[in-house]
Amino acid sequence: MKSITKQKPIEEIENSLQGMDKVFVIGCGTCTTLTKTGGVEQVEAMKESLQQIGKRVTGGTVIPTACDDMTEETMKENEQYIRSADCVLSMSCALGVHRMTLYLDKPVIPAVDTLFIGVEESPGYFREVCSQCGQCLLGETAGICPITACHKGLVNGPCGGTNNGKCEVDKEKDCAWTLIYNRLKEQNRLDLMRRYQPPRNHHVTLKPGIMKIE
Amino acid sequence: MISRFEEVINSDKFIVTTEVAPPKGTNLEKMLHHIDILKDKVDAINVTDHQSSVMRFPSLGGCLAIKEKGGEPIMQMTCRDRNRMALEADLLFAYSRGIRNVLCLTGDAVPVGDHKEAKGVFDLDSLQLLMAIRQLMSGKDLGGNELEGTVEFCMGAIVTPEAQPLEPQLVKFEKKIEAGAQFFQTQAIYDLENFASFMRYARKFNTKILAGIVLLSSARMAKYMTENVPGIFVPQDLIDEMSGTPKEGMLAKGIEIAGRTIAILKKEALCDGVHIMAIGREEVVPDILKAAGL
Ligand code: SF4
Ligand code: SF4
Repeated sequence: MKSITKQKPIEEIENSLQGMDKVFVIGCGTCTTLTKTGGVEQVEAMKESLQQIGKRVTGGTVIPTACDDMTEETMKENEQYIRSADCVLSMSCALGVHRMTLYLDKPVIPAVDTLFIGVEESPGYFREVCSQCGQCLLGETAGICPITACHKGLVNGPCGGTNNGKCEVDKEKDCAWTLIYNRLKEQNRLDLMRRYQPPRNHHVTLKPGIMKIE
Repeated sequence: MISRFEEVINSDKFIVTTEVAPPKGTNLEKMLHHIDILKDKVDAINVTDHQSSVMRFPSLGGCLAIKEKGGEPIMQMTCRDRNRMALEADLLFAYSRGIRNVLCLTGDAVPVGDHKEAKGVFDLDSLQLLMAIRQLMSGKDLGGNELEGTVEFCMGAIVTPEAQPLEPQLVKFEKKIEAGAQFFQTQAIYDLENFASFMRYARKFNTKILAGIVLLSSARMAKYMTENVPGIFVPQDLIDEMSGTPKEGMLAKGIEIAGRTIAILKKEALCDGVHIMAIGREEVVPDILKAAGL
Protein backbone atom coordinates (compact mmCIF):
# COMPACT_ATOMS: atom_id res chain seq x y z
CA MET A 1 0.00 0.00 0.00
CA LYS A 2 1.34 3.38 -0.96
CA SER A 3 0.20 6.91 -0.60
CA ILE A 4 0.41 8.20 -4.16
CA THR A 5 1.47 11.81 -4.57
CA LYS A 6 2.29 14.37 -7.22
CA GLN A 7 4.58 17.33 -6.75
CA LYS A 8 2.86 20.71 -6.76
CA PRO A 9 4.02 23.23 -9.37
CA ILE A 10 6.80 25.42 -8.00
CA GLU A 11 4.63 28.52 -8.57
CA GLU A 12 2.04 27.14 -6.18
CA ILE A 13 4.71 26.28 -3.61
CA GLU A 14 6.16 29.78 -3.95
CA ASN A 15 2.71 31.19 -3.40
CA SER A 16 2.19 29.21 -0.19
CA LEU A 17 5.60 30.31 1.07
CA GLN A 18 4.82 34.01 0.77
CA GLY A 19 6.29 35.94 3.65
CA MET A 20 8.36 32.96 4.79
CA ASP A 21 11.97 33.25 3.69
CA LYS A 22 13.70 30.51 5.66
CA VAL A 23 12.59 27.00 4.85
CA PHE A 24 13.40 23.52 6.18
CA VAL A 25 12.56 20.70 3.80
CA ILE A 26 11.37 17.24 4.91
CA GLY A 27 10.91 14.24 2.63
CA CYS A 28 9.76 10.71 3.35
CA GLY A 29 11.71 7.47 2.92
CA THR A 30 8.64 5.39 2.16
CA CYS A 31 5.86 6.35 -0.23
CA THR A 32 7.18 9.60 -1.70
CA THR A 33 10.57 7.95 -2.19
CA LEU A 34 8.91 5.17 -4.18
CA THR A 35 6.92 7.58 -6.30
CA LYS A 36 9.96 9.86 -6.67
CA THR A 37 8.11 12.84 -5.29
CA GLY A 38 9.86 13.27 -1.95
CA GLY A 39 12.93 11.05 -1.58
CA VAL A 40 16.53 12.15 -1.07
CA GLU A 41 17.04 13.27 -4.67
CA GLN A 42 13.81 15.23 -4.83
CA VAL A 43 14.52 16.93 -1.51
CA GLU A 44 17.92 18.04 -2.84
CA ALA A 45 16.35 19.29 -6.06
CA MET A 46 13.70 21.15 -4.07
CA LYS A 47 16.36 22.86 -1.98
CA GLU A 48 17.91 24.17 -5.18
CA SER A 49 14.60 25.32 -6.60
CA LEU A 50 13.86 27.13 -3.35
CA GLN A 51 17.19 28.93 -3.51
CA GLN A 52 16.48 29.89 -7.10
CA ILE A 53 13.29 31.61 -6.02
CA GLY A 54 15.21 33.47 -3.34
CA LYS A 55 14.51 31.35 -0.27
CA ARG A 56 17.08 30.45 2.37
CA VAL A 57 17.17 26.75 3.07
CA THR A 58 18.12 26.08 6.70
CA GLY A 59 18.39 22.35 6.03
CA GLY A 60 16.62 19.25 4.89
CA THR A 61 16.12 15.63 5.82
CA VAL A 62 14.23 12.51 4.82
CA ILE A 63 12.24 10.82 7.59
CA PRO A 64 12.08 7.01 7.22
CA THR A 65 8.27 6.95 7.41
CA ALA A 66 6.85 10.40 7.90
CA CYS A 67 3.41 9.25 9.02
CA ASP A 68 4.55 7.18 12.04
CA ASP A 69 5.82 8.00 15.51
CA MET A 70 9.50 8.13 14.52
CA THR A 71 8.77 11.49 12.99
CA GLU A 72 8.98 13.17 16.37
CA GLU A 73 12.48 11.86 16.91
CA THR A 74 13.76 13.00 13.53
CA MET A 75 12.33 16.41 14.12
CA LYS A 76 14.12 16.60 17.47
CA GLU A 77 17.42 15.66 15.84
CA ASN A 78 16.99 18.55 13.43
CA GLU A 79 15.56 20.92 15.99
CA GLN A 80 18.09 23.73 15.63
CA TYR A 81 17.71 23.93 11.84
CA ILE A 82 13.96 23.74 12.06
CA ARG A 83 13.95 26.38 14.78
CA SER A 84 15.78 28.85 12.57
CA ALA A 85 13.31 28.29 9.70
CA ASP A 86 10.03 30.13 9.21
CA CYS A 87 8.30 26.97 8.11
CA VAL A 88 8.72 23.35 7.09
CA LEU A 89 8.11 22.36 3.48
CA SER A 90 6.90 18.78 3.47
CA MET A 91 7.61 16.40 0.63
CA SER A 92 5.82 13.55 2.36
CA CYS A 93 2.18 12.79 1.68
CA ALA A 94 -0.54 14.59 3.62
CA LEU A 95 -0.42 11.94 6.35
CA GLY A 96 3.17 13.00 7.02
CA VAL A 97 2.20 16.68 7.00
CA HIS A 98 -0.39 15.87 9.58
CA ARG A 99 2.08 14.00 11.75
CA MET A 100 4.66 16.83 11.60
CA THR A 101 2.00 19.36 12.54
CA LEU A 102 1.49 17.47 15.80
CA TYR A 103 5.05 18.29 16.91
CA LEU A 104 5.61 21.74 15.44
CA ASP A 105 4.18 25.13 16.15
CA LYS A 106 5.49 26.38 12.81
CA PRO A 107 3.53 26.11 9.58
CA VAL A 108 4.05 22.87 7.65
CA ILE A 109 3.46 23.51 3.96
CA PRO A 110 2.78 20.56 1.61
CA ALA A 111 4.92 20.47 -1.53
CA VAL A 112 3.02 17.49 -2.93
CA ASP A 113 -0.63 16.66 -3.54
CA THR A 114 -1.85 13.36 -2.14
CA LEU A 115 -3.88 11.63 -4.85
CA PHE A 116 -4.89 8.17 -3.68
CA ILE A 117 -3.86 5.06 -1.85
CA GLY A 118 -2.53 2.67 -4.46
CA VAL A 119 -0.70 -0.55 -4.99
CA GLU A 120 2.36 -0.92 -7.16
CA GLU A 121 1.18 -3.52 -9.64
CA SER A 122 4.38 -3.60 -11.61
CA PRO A 123 7.50 -1.51 -11.04
CA GLY A 124 6.54 2.15 -11.31
CA TYR A 125 2.86 1.47 -12.04
CA PHE A 126 0.56 2.46 -9.20
CA ARG A 127 -3.16 1.88 -9.22
CA GLU A 128 -5.98 2.88 -6.90
CA VAL A 129 -7.82 -0.30 -5.97
CA CYS A 130 -9.80 0.53 -2.82
CA SER A 131 -11.55 3.65 -1.55
CA GLN A 132 -11.99 2.41 2.03
CA CYS A 133 -15.77 2.43 1.79
CA GLY A 134 -16.32 0.39 4.92
CA GLN A 135 -18.61 -2.22 3.32
CA CYS A 136 -16.38 -4.44 1.26
CA LEU A 137 -17.98 -5.99 -1.81
CA LEU A 138 -14.90 -7.71 -3.23
CA GLY A 139 -16.30 -11.14 -2.37
CA GLU A 140 -19.19 -10.52 -4.75
CA THR A 141 -17.29 -8.76 -7.50
CA ALA A 142 -14.49 -11.23 -8.14
CA GLY A 143 -11.93 -9.13 -6.31
CA ILE A 144 -12.40 -6.00 -8.45
CA CYS A 145 -13.69 -3.01 -6.53
CA PRO A 146 -16.70 -1.42 -8.26
CA ILE A 147 -16.56 1.58 -5.94
CA THR A 148 -13.04 2.38 -7.06
CA ALA A 149 -12.42 0.78 -10.45
CA CYS A 150 -15.73 2.01 -11.88
CA HIS A 151 -15.58 5.75 -12.48
CA LYS A 152 -19.13 6.21 -11.18
CA GLY A 153 -18.80 3.70 -8.35
CA LEU A 154 -21.74 1.68 -9.68
CA VAL A 155 -22.61 -1.50 -7.80
CA ASN A 156 -25.34 -3.04 -9.95
CA GLY A 157 -23.59 -3.52 -13.26
CA PRO A 158 -22.24 -1.36 -16.08
CA CYS A 159 -23.55 1.97 -17.32
CA GLY A 160 -24.21 2.43 -21.02
CA GLY A 161 -20.86 4.12 -21.53
CA THR A 162 -18.78 0.97 -21.85
CA ASN A 163 -16.90 1.21 -25.11
CA ASN A 164 -15.21 -1.97 -26.26
CA GLY A 165 -14.58 -2.85 -22.65
CA LYS A 166 -13.15 0.59 -21.86
CA CYS A 167 -14.65 3.30 -19.66
CA GLU A 168 -16.46 6.28 -21.12
CA VAL A 169 -14.20 8.71 -19.27
CA ASP A 170 -10.92 7.37 -20.58
CA LYS A 171 -10.12 5.03 -23.47
CA GLU A 172 -7.05 3.88 -21.55
CA LYS A 173 -9.07 2.66 -18.58
CA ASP A 174 -10.81 -0.69 -18.45
CA CYS A 175 -14.51 -0.68 -17.69
CA ALA A 176 -14.64 -2.22 -14.22
CA TRP A 177 -17.89 -4.01 -14.99
CA THR A 178 -16.50 -5.68 -18.07
CA LEU A 179 -13.68 -7.02 -15.92
CA ILE A 180 -16.02 -8.08 -13.14
CA TYR A 181 -18.37 -9.79 -15.59
CA ASN A 182 -15.54 -11.69 -17.26
CA ARG A 183 -14.07 -12.87 -14.01
CA LEU A 184 -17.36 -13.88 -12.45
CA LYS A 185 -18.17 -15.77 -15.62
CA GLU A 186 -14.87 -17.62 -15.45
CA GLN A 187 -15.62 -18.50 -11.84
CA ASN A 188 -19.13 -19.56 -12.79
CA ARG A 189 -20.55 -17.07 -10.33
CA LEU A 190 -22.55 -14.71 -12.56
CA ASP A 191 -25.51 -15.12 -10.21
CA LEU A 192 -23.68 -12.68 -7.92
CA MET A 193 -23.95 -9.96 -10.56
CA ARG A 194 -27.66 -10.66 -11.01
CA ARG A 195 -28.28 -9.85 -7.37
CA TYR A 196 -29.73 -6.45 -6.53
CA GLN A 197 -27.30 -4.32 -4.56
CA PRO A 198 -29.18 -1.79 -2.43
CA PRO A 199 -28.01 1.82 -2.06
CA ARG A 200 -24.75 2.15 -0.16
CA ASN A 201 -24.40 3.42 3.36
CA HIS A 202 -22.11 6.42 3.12
CA HIS A 203 -21.74 6.67 6.87
CA VAL A 204 -20.52 3.24 7.93
CA THR A 205 -18.00 5.10 10.04
CA LEU A 206 -19.01 8.65 10.76
CA LYS A 207 -16.42 10.92 9.23
CA PRO A 208 -13.76 11.43 10.49
CA GLY A 209 -13.12 7.73 11.03
CA ILE A 210 -11.79 6.77 14.43
CA MET A 211 -10.90 3.29 15.65
CA LYS A 212 -9.78 2.39 19.16
CA ILE A 213 -8.22 -1.01 19.75
CA GLU A 214 -8.70 -2.19 23.32
CA MET B 1 -53.90 3.84 -15.38
CA ILE B 2 -51.09 5.93 -14.00
CA SER B 3 -50.66 8.02 -17.12
CA ARG B 4 -51.79 8.51 -20.69
CA PHE B 5 -48.49 7.05 -21.75
CA GLU B 6 -48.98 3.94 -19.62
CA GLU B 7 -52.28 3.44 -21.38
CA VAL B 8 -50.45 3.51 -24.71
CA ILE B 9 -47.78 1.05 -23.62
CA ASN B 10 -50.45 -1.30 -22.39
CA SER B 11 -52.19 -1.21 -25.76
CA ASP B 12 -51.09 -2.79 -29.03
CA LYS B 13 -50.31 0.53 -30.61
CA PHE B 14 -46.88 1.12 -32.17
CA ILE B 15 -45.48 3.57 -29.60
CA VAL B 16 -43.76 6.78 -30.70
CA THR B 17 -41.82 9.01 -28.35
CA THR B 18 -39.35 11.77 -29.01
CA GLU B 19 -37.38 14.21 -26.95
CA VAL B 20 -36.68 17.89 -26.50
CA ALA B 21 -33.59 19.43 -24.99
CA PRO B 22 -33.88 22.33 -22.55
CA PRO B 23 -31.77 25.40 -23.31
CA LYS B 24 -28.62 26.56 -21.62
CA GLY B 25 -30.21 29.58 -20.02
CA THR B 26 -33.73 30.85 -19.55
CA ASN B 27 -34.72 31.53 -23.13
CA LEU B 28 -37.24 28.73 -23.57
CA GLU B 29 -38.56 29.84 -26.95
CA LYS B 30 -37.00 27.10 -29.04
CA MET B 31 -37.92 24.29 -26.64
CA LEU B 32 -41.48 25.56 -26.34
CA HIS B 33 -41.72 25.73 -30.12
CA HIS B 34 -40.54 22.13 -30.36
CA ILE B 35 -43.08 21.08 -27.76
CA ASP B 36 -45.82 22.85 -29.73
CA ILE B 37 -45.08 21.09 -32.97
CA LEU B 38 -44.49 17.66 -31.38
CA LYS B 39 -46.99 17.25 -28.56
CA ASP B 40 -49.89 16.06 -30.70
CA LYS B 41 -47.79 13.93 -33.02
CA VAL B 42 -46.21 11.54 -30.52
CA ASP B 43 -47.32 9.53 -27.49
CA ALA B 44 -44.92 11.23 -25.13
CA ILE B 45 -41.96 13.62 -25.11
CA ASN B 46 -38.82 13.05 -23.06
CA VAL B 47 -37.01 16.00 -21.59
CA THR B 48 -33.30 15.38 -21.23
CA ASP B 49 -31.53 15.88 -17.90
CA HIS B 50 -28.26 17.77 -18.44
CA GLN B 51 -27.51 15.48 -21.35
CA SER B 52 -23.84 14.62 -21.82
CA SER B 53 -23.25 16.27 -18.44
CA VAL B 54 -23.79 19.72 -19.93
CA MET B 55 -25.59 22.00 -17.46
CA ARG B 56 -28.95 23.21 -18.76
CA PHE B 57 -32.45 24.22 -17.75
CA PRO B 58 -33.81 21.24 -15.78
CA SER B 59 -35.78 18.32 -17.14
CA LEU B 60 -38.43 18.95 -14.50
CA GLY B 61 -38.97 22.48 -15.88
CA GLY B 62 -39.27 21.18 -19.42
CA CYS B 63 -41.78 18.55 -18.30
CA LEU B 64 -43.93 21.19 -16.61
CA ALA B 65 -43.95 23.17 -19.85
CA ILE B 66 -45.15 20.09 -21.75
CA LYS B 67 -47.86 19.53 -19.13
CA GLU B 68 -49.00 23.13 -19.39
CA LYS B 69 -49.36 22.72 -23.12
CA GLY B 70 -51.43 19.56 -22.71
CA GLY B 71 -48.65 17.19 -23.81
CA GLU B 72 -47.43 14.01 -22.15
CA PRO B 73 -43.94 14.34 -20.64
CA ILE B 74 -41.42 11.68 -19.71
CA MET B 75 -39.06 13.09 -17.14
CA GLN B 76 -35.50 11.89 -17.62
CA MET B 77 -33.81 11.55 -14.29
CA THR B 78 -30.13 10.82 -13.89
CA CYS B 79 -28.30 9.94 -10.70
CA ARG B 80 -25.31 12.11 -11.51
CA ASP B 81 -26.27 15.37 -9.86
CA ARG B 82 -28.58 14.60 -6.95
CA ASN B 83 -28.31 12.36 -3.94
CA ARG B 84 -31.22 10.15 -2.92
CA MET B 85 -32.89 12.88 -0.88
CA ALA B 86 -32.87 15.37 -3.75
CA LEU B 87 -34.12 12.72 -6.21
CA GLU B 88 -36.97 11.74 -3.91
CA ALA B 89 -37.94 15.37 -3.34
CA ASP B 90 -37.97 16.09 -7.08
CA LEU B 91 -40.15 13.03 -7.63
CA LEU B 92 -42.64 14.28 -5.01
CA PHE B 93 -42.73 17.68 -6.68
CA ALA B 94 -43.03 16.21 -10.18
CA TYR B 95 -45.93 14.05 -9.06
CA SER B 96 -47.69 16.98 -7.41
CA ARG B 97 -47.55 18.81 -10.74
CA GLY B 98 -48.98 15.99 -12.82
CA ILE B 99 -45.83 14.40 -14.17
CA ARG B 100 -46.40 10.64 -14.27
CA ASN B 101 -43.65 9.12 -16.42
CA VAL B 102 -40.01 8.83 -15.38
CA LEU B 103 -37.06 7.49 -17.31
CA CYS B 104 -34.39 6.32 -14.88
CA LEU B 105 -30.79 6.75 -16.00
CA THR B 106 -27.41 6.52 -14.34
CA GLY B 107 -26.20 9.62 -16.18
CA ASP B 108 -23.05 10.38 -18.11
CA ALA B 109 -19.79 10.90 -16.26
CA VAL B 110 -19.09 14.46 -15.15
CA PRO B 111 -15.74 14.84 -16.95
CA VAL B 112 -17.33 14.36 -20.40
CA GLY B 113 -19.42 17.50 -19.88
CA ASP B 114 -18.93 21.23 -19.39
CA HIS B 115 -18.48 21.34 -15.60
CA LYS B 116 -15.49 19.06 -15.49
CA GLU B 117 -14.56 19.78 -11.89
CA ALA B 118 -18.03 19.19 -10.43
CA LYS B 119 -18.67 16.31 -8.06
CA GLY B 120 -20.37 13.34 -9.66
CA VAL B 121 -22.93 12.18 -7.10
CA PHE B 122 -24.12 8.67 -8.11
CA ASP B 123 -25.49 8.09 -4.63
CA LEU B 124 -27.96 5.79 -6.42
CA ASP B 125 -27.63 4.06 -9.78
CA SER B 126 -30.36 3.65 -12.40
CA LEU B 127 -31.50 0.39 -10.85
CA GLN B 128 -31.62 1.75 -7.33
CA LEU B 129 -33.58 4.73 -8.67
CA LEU B 130 -36.21 2.38 -10.10
CA MET B 131 -36.38 0.64 -6.74
CA ALA B 132 -36.57 3.99 -4.95
CA ILE B 133 -39.59 4.99 -7.02
CA ARG B 134 -41.22 1.69 -6.18
CA GLN B 135 -40.59 2.35 -2.53
CA LEU B 136 -42.11 5.84 -2.79
CA MET B 137 -45.10 4.29 -4.54
CA SER B 138 -45.54 1.95 -1.60
CA GLY B 139 -45.90 4.99 0.63
CA LYS B 140 -42.44 5.08 2.16
CA ASP B 141 -39.30 7.05 1.49
CA LEU B 142 -35.81 5.56 1.33
CA GLY B 143 -35.33 6.25 5.01
CA GLY B 144 -38.29 3.97 5.70
CA ASN B 145 -40.53 6.83 6.78
CA GLU B 146 -44.25 7.07 5.96
CA LEU B 147 -45.15 9.58 3.26
CA GLU B 148 -48.04 11.95 3.71
CA GLY B 149 -49.52 11.45 0.28
CA THR B 150 -47.72 9.17 -2.08
CA VAL B 151 -46.73 9.05 -5.77
CA GLU B 152 -47.48 6.94 -8.83
CA PHE B 153 -45.20 6.75 -11.81
CA CYS B 154 -44.90 4.80 -15.02
CA MET B 155 -41.21 3.86 -14.99
CA GLY B 156 -38.83 3.37 -17.86
CA ALA B 157 -35.15 2.73 -18.37
CA ILE B 158 -32.63 2.44 -21.17
CA VAL B 159 -30.63 -0.34 -22.74
CA THR B 160 -27.79 -0.30 -25.29
CA PRO B 161 -28.22 -3.14 -27.80
CA GLU B 162 -24.93 -2.25 -29.55
CA ALA B 163 -22.80 -2.15 -26.40
CA GLN B 164 -19.46 -3.93 -26.58
CA PRO B 165 -19.44 -6.27 -24.75
CA LEU B 166 -23.21 -6.78 -24.63
CA GLU B 167 -23.58 -9.52 -22.00
CA PRO B 168 -22.86 -7.38 -18.91
CA GLN B 169 -25.45 -4.86 -20.18
CA LEU B 170 -28.03 -7.59 -20.48
CA VAL B 171 -27.53 -8.63 -16.87
CA LYS B 172 -28.40 -5.08 -15.88
CA PHE B 173 -31.29 -4.96 -18.36
CA GLU B 174 -32.84 -7.98 -16.70
CA LYS B 175 -32.32 -6.45 -13.26
CA LYS B 176 -34.12 -3.32 -14.46
CA ILE B 177 -37.07 -5.39 -15.63
CA GLU B 178 -37.21 -7.13 -12.27
CA ALA B 179 -37.15 -3.71 -10.63
CA GLY B 180 -40.28 -2.81 -12.57
CA ALA B 181 -39.17 -0.97 -15.72
CA GLN B 182 -42.32 -0.95 -17.85
CA PHE B 183 -40.63 0.37 -20.96
CA PHE B 184 -37.16 0.74 -22.43
CA GLN B 185 -35.88 3.33 -24.84
CA THR B 186 -32.75 2.01 -26.50
CA GLN B 187 -29.56 3.80 -27.44
CA ALA B 188 -29.47 4.57 -31.18
CA ILE B 189 -29.73 1.52 -33.40
CA TYR B 190 -28.89 1.40 -37.10
CA ASP B 191 -27.95 -2.21 -37.72
CA LEU B 192 -31.34 -3.86 -37.97
CA GLU B 193 -29.99 -7.37 -38.10
CA ASN B 194 -28.20 -6.91 -34.82
CA PHE B 195 -31.25 -5.22 -33.34
CA ALA B 196 -33.48 -8.09 -34.46
CA SER B 197 -31.24 -10.52 -32.65
CA PHE B 198 -31.39 -8.35 -29.52
CA MET B 199 -35.18 -8.30 -29.82
CA ARG B 200 -35.41 -12.09 -30.12
CA TYR B 201 -33.82 -12.14 -26.67
CA ALA B 202 -35.73 -9.14 -25.24
CA ARG B 203 -39.12 -10.46 -26.33
CA LYS B 204 -38.91 -13.04 -23.56
CA PHE B 205 -39.57 -10.32 -21.03
CA ASN B 206 -42.73 -8.51 -20.10
CA THR B 207 -41.70 -4.97 -21.01
CA LYS B 208 -42.00 -2.65 -24.01
CA ILE B 209 -38.99 -1.86 -26.16
CA LEU B 210 -38.77 1.41 -28.08
CA ALA B 211 -35.95 1.41 -30.60
CA GLY B 212 -33.75 4.51 -30.43
CA ILE B 213 -33.71 6.41 -33.72
CA VAL B 214 -31.06 9.13 -33.90
CA LEU B 215 -31.34 11.36 -36.95
CA LEU B 216 -28.18 11.37 -39.05
CA SER B 217 -27.68 14.96 -40.15
CA SER B 218 -24.40 14.50 -42.04
CA ALA B 219 -21.91 11.85 -43.09
CA ARG B 220 -19.42 13.39 -40.70
CA MET B 221 -21.78 13.00 -37.78
CA ALA B 222 -22.47 9.36 -38.70
CA LYS B 223 -18.75 8.64 -38.77
CA TYR B 224 -18.10 10.54 -35.59
CA MET B 225 -20.79 8.68 -33.71
CA THR B 226 -19.72 5.25 -34.79
CA GLU B 227 -16.11 6.04 -33.88
CA ASN B 228 -16.63 7.95 -30.66
CA VAL B 229 -19.99 7.43 -29.03
CA PRO B 230 -20.10 4.36 -26.80
CA GLY B 231 -22.79 1.90 -27.83
CA ILE B 232 -23.47 3.42 -31.26
CA PHE B 233 -22.59 1.60 -34.45
CA VAL B 234 -23.47 3.01 -37.85
CA PRO B 235 -22.97 0.39 -40.58
CA GLN B 236 -20.69 1.38 -43.45
CA ASP B 237 -23.45 1.24 -46.07
CA LEU B 238 -25.37 3.95 -44.19
CA ILE B 239 -22.26 6.10 -43.92
CA ASP B 240 -21.71 5.60 -47.66
CA GLU B 241 -25.31 6.47 -48.38
CA MET B 242 -24.87 9.71 -46.43
CA SER B 243 -21.52 10.63 -47.97
CA GLY B 244 -22.86 9.93 -51.46
CA THR B 245 -25.43 12.67 -50.91
CA PRO B 246 -24.67 16.32 -51.80
CA LYS B 247 -24.29 18.53 -48.75
CA GLU B 248 -27.58 20.37 -49.14
CA GLY B 249 -29.44 17.08 -49.34
CA MET B 250 -27.86 15.43 -46.30
CA LEU B 251 -30.54 16.36 -43.81
CA ALA B 252 -33.27 15.14 -46.14
CA LYS B 253 -31.29 11.93 -46.57
CA GLY B 254 -31.03 11.50 -42.80
CA ILE B 255 -34.79 12.01 -42.50
CA GLU B 256 -35.35 9.44 -45.22
CA ILE B 257 -33.09 6.89 -43.49
CA ALA B 258 -34.76 7.44 -40.12
CA GLY B 259 -38.23 7.17 -41.67
CA ARG B 260 -37.27 4.06 -43.60
CA THR B 261 -35.84 2.42 -40.47
CA ILE B 262 -38.99 3.14 -38.48
CA ALA B 263 -41.19 1.81 -41.28
CA ILE B 264 -39.27 -1.47 -41.35
CA LEU B 265 -39.34 -1.82 -37.55
CA LYS B 266 -43.08 -1.33 -37.61
CA LYS B 267 -43.85 -3.45 -40.63
CA GLU B 268 -41.81 -6.40 -39.41
CA ALA B 269 -43.07 -5.85 -35.85
CA LEU B 270 -39.49 -5.99 -34.63
CA CYS B 271 -40.20 -3.95 -31.52
CA ASP B 272 -42.99 -2.13 -29.71
CA GLY B 273 -42.23 1.37 -30.86
CA VAL B 274 -39.56 3.98 -31.44
CA HIS B 275 -37.94 6.82 -29.58
CA ILE B 276 -36.83 9.52 -32.02
CA MET B 277 -33.87 11.70 -31.09
CA ALA B 278 -33.26 14.51 -33.55
CA ILE B 279 -30.49 16.16 -31.47
CA GLY B 280 -30.92 19.87 -32.16
CA ARG B 281 -33.18 19.36 -35.21
CA GLU B 282 -36.38 18.60 -33.33
CA GLU B 283 -38.40 20.59 -35.88
CA VAL B 284 -37.89 17.82 -38.46
CA VAL B 285 -39.39 15.06 -36.29
CA PRO B 286 -42.79 15.48 -38.01
CA ASP B 287 -40.99 14.95 -41.36
CA ILE B 288 -39.44 11.76 -40.02
CA LEU B 289 -42.87 10.54 -38.93
CA LYS B 290 -44.22 11.35 -42.37
CA ALA B 291 -41.36 9.52 -44.06
CA ALA B 292 -42.14 6.54 -41.83
CA GLY B 293 -45.76 6.61 -42.87
CA LEU B 294 -46.93 7.33 -39.31
S1 SF4 C 1 -15.73 -2.40 -1.75
FE1 SF4 C 1 -13.97 -1.41 -2.68
S2 SF4 C 1 -13.75 0.53 -1.58
FE2 SF4 C 1 -15.05 -0.78 -0.34
S3 SF4 C 1 -13.61 -1.73 1.06
FE3 SF4 C 1 -13.90 -3.17 -0.66
S4 SF4 C 1 -12.24 -2.66 -2.08
FE4 SF4 C 1 -12.38 -0.97 -0.62
S1 SF4 D 1 -17.90 2.54 -18.45
FE1 SF4 D 1 -17.69 0.93 -16.90
S2 SF4 D 1 -16.16 1.73 -15.45
FE2 SF4 D 1 -16.83 3.44 -16.69
S3 SF4 D 1 -18.45 4.39 -15.49
FE3 SF4 D 1 -19.46 2.94 -16.88
S4 SF4 D 1 -19.61 1.02 -15.76
FE4 SF4 D 1 -18.15 2.32 -14.65
